[in-house]
Amino acid sequence: MSAGQALKQTARPSILGRLNQIPPALIVGVVFFGAWELAVRIFKIKEFLLPKPSSIWKEVVSQWSGADGTLSTAPLKAAGWNTGYIAVTGLILGLVFGVALALTVTRFQRVGGALTPFAVAVNATPIIALAPIFNNWFGITGNFSNQAIVMVVVFFPVFINTAKGLTDVHPDQLELMRSYGASDFTILRRVRVPNAIPFFLTSLRLAAPLCVIAAIVAEYFGGPQDRLGPVITQNASFTRYDSAWAAIVVASAIGLSLFGLALLVERYAMPWKRPAEAV
Amino acid sequence: MTTLTNNAEQSSEQPAVVVQGISKTFNPGTPEAVQALVDVDLSIAPGEFVSLIGPSGCGKSTLLRLIADLLPPTDGSIKVFGKPAAQARIDQDYGMAFQSAGLFDWRKVAANIELPLELMGYSKAERSARSAEMLELVKLPDFGDHYPWQLSGGMQQRVAIARSLSFKPQLLLMDEPFGALDEMTREHMQNELLAITAELGTSVVFVTHSISESAFLSDRVVVLSPRPGQVHSIVDVPLGERSDDTREEPEFFEKATEIREALRAVEAGL
Repeated sequence: MSAGQALKQTARPSILGRLNQIPPALIVGVVFFGAWELAVRIFKIKEFLLPKPSSIWKEVVSQWSGADGTLSTAPLKAAGWNTGYIAVTGLILGLVFGVALALTVTRFQRVGGALTPFAVAVNATPIIALAPIFNNWFGITGNFSNQAIVMVVVFFPVFINTAKGLTDVHPDQLELMRSYGASDFTILRRVRVPNAIPFFLTSLRLAAPLCVIAAIVAEYFGGPQDRLGPVITQNASFTRYDSAWAAIVVASAIGLSLFGLALLVERYAMPWKRPAEAV
Repeated sequence: MTTLTNNAEQSSEQPAVVVQGISKTFNPGTPEAVQALVDVDLSIAPGEFVSLIGPSGCGKSTLLRLIADLLPPTDGSIKVFGKPAAQARIDQDYGMAFQSAGLFDWRKVAANIELPLELMGYSKAERSARSAEMLELVKLPDFGDHYPWQLSGGMQQRVAIARSLSFKPQLLLMDEPFGALDEMTREHMQNELLAITAELGTSVVFVTHSISESAFLSDRVVVLSPRPGQVHSIVDVPLGERSDDTREEPEFFEKATEIREALRAVEAGL
């Protein structure tokens, strides 16, 4: 493979050869945004339908630390920081509760039998629909209503995956531990918990972008205004779509960073995995 | 492996395993009740190698798990080195190995071998000394620092055997440990297992499907009949010390034939 590449490069030291060294994702990204920019210019698409990437980026820069005065929306930096805070704290709460319930269900099978159907029923409910109720319960002046929505959204995939990892142990391994006279607690600590780590990290990878989505949708339903959710709705209602898009760019940057962080954790927390598996 | 002739020595020691009047019924009192074993008696001497062979469903794995106290018997009693099986399990008097190596992915090879020692409270220094010794014994001295996925199936199985022997139990319970290996690796592992257990004086109860494997390894082969599982016959295999040449000797083939005929009789319901 590498020998073949080297051969090709010596034979043709061309642009194509050098293109091979650029990550494919980067190429796709450049092509995507380039095509978007060109399409808007060539077909003269109205900016309120689809702004050019270049105008969106200009908005991101100009509204980063202060609004330009026409609208009194929050600066993107502050809004992004607040939304990120809600997403991450909600994520942590969801992780804690998801793992705690998974441990409880595994340790006490009868509790599990009683709680799992309830958890499944809660998950089948469109949780976002609870946002106005949560606002009523927990108030709209603080963060907690929105954090609670994020928590409930994140909780379920974490609970289901972790519980699966805790119970999905090879029967031979359980018999082996019992042959050593190991107690249930020892088996939990030495076998079930390490066995669940890959499952938990998979759920973390699912939950990382999910928590940003949940935070923004929850913010649509109310709460303090210096958040990405209200910035997007307010700009959209004043037809300032390029500013709305700028807030979306910040939101997606937060989501991507969290996803990347989850991938990093996954790679370094499991040195025992085959390199190909750890993606 | 000539322990059968050491009668004088045997009589002074506890038998490794005594199975008395053991019966096992799964789901008793329900329509799905299955009689897995009925009235099984078996005694295994210290240092003796005994294989359990029989058609699927004859209860050989069940018998092994009853000896290991991983299943409770419906009737009868099992003593391991003179103690009730449950006590022997708590005291870690036996080691176990299965068809799947059952190594823990997240532990390096050495840490897998050291797991039983950790549970028994050995110090770090004792543990690493012992795992190094065991890796030497199974001829993998340079693999302690590898993760299980980096090893072939045969190597993983050797690590599993090293783990089962790490605390030098006097009894080894094995459930088709070489079942998933190719023929050449399998024969190689059989030689190594005999050498190791001879060196440590370990008694072995070995579940297998393979006639030649049982004839090569065992001092005695217990042939079980199915539905319900019972001891059909016991074949003595006094072939003396085994080597690769044993596999080509006429006496070996005679014994394999004897076992095969016993199995045919079982299949025919005789």
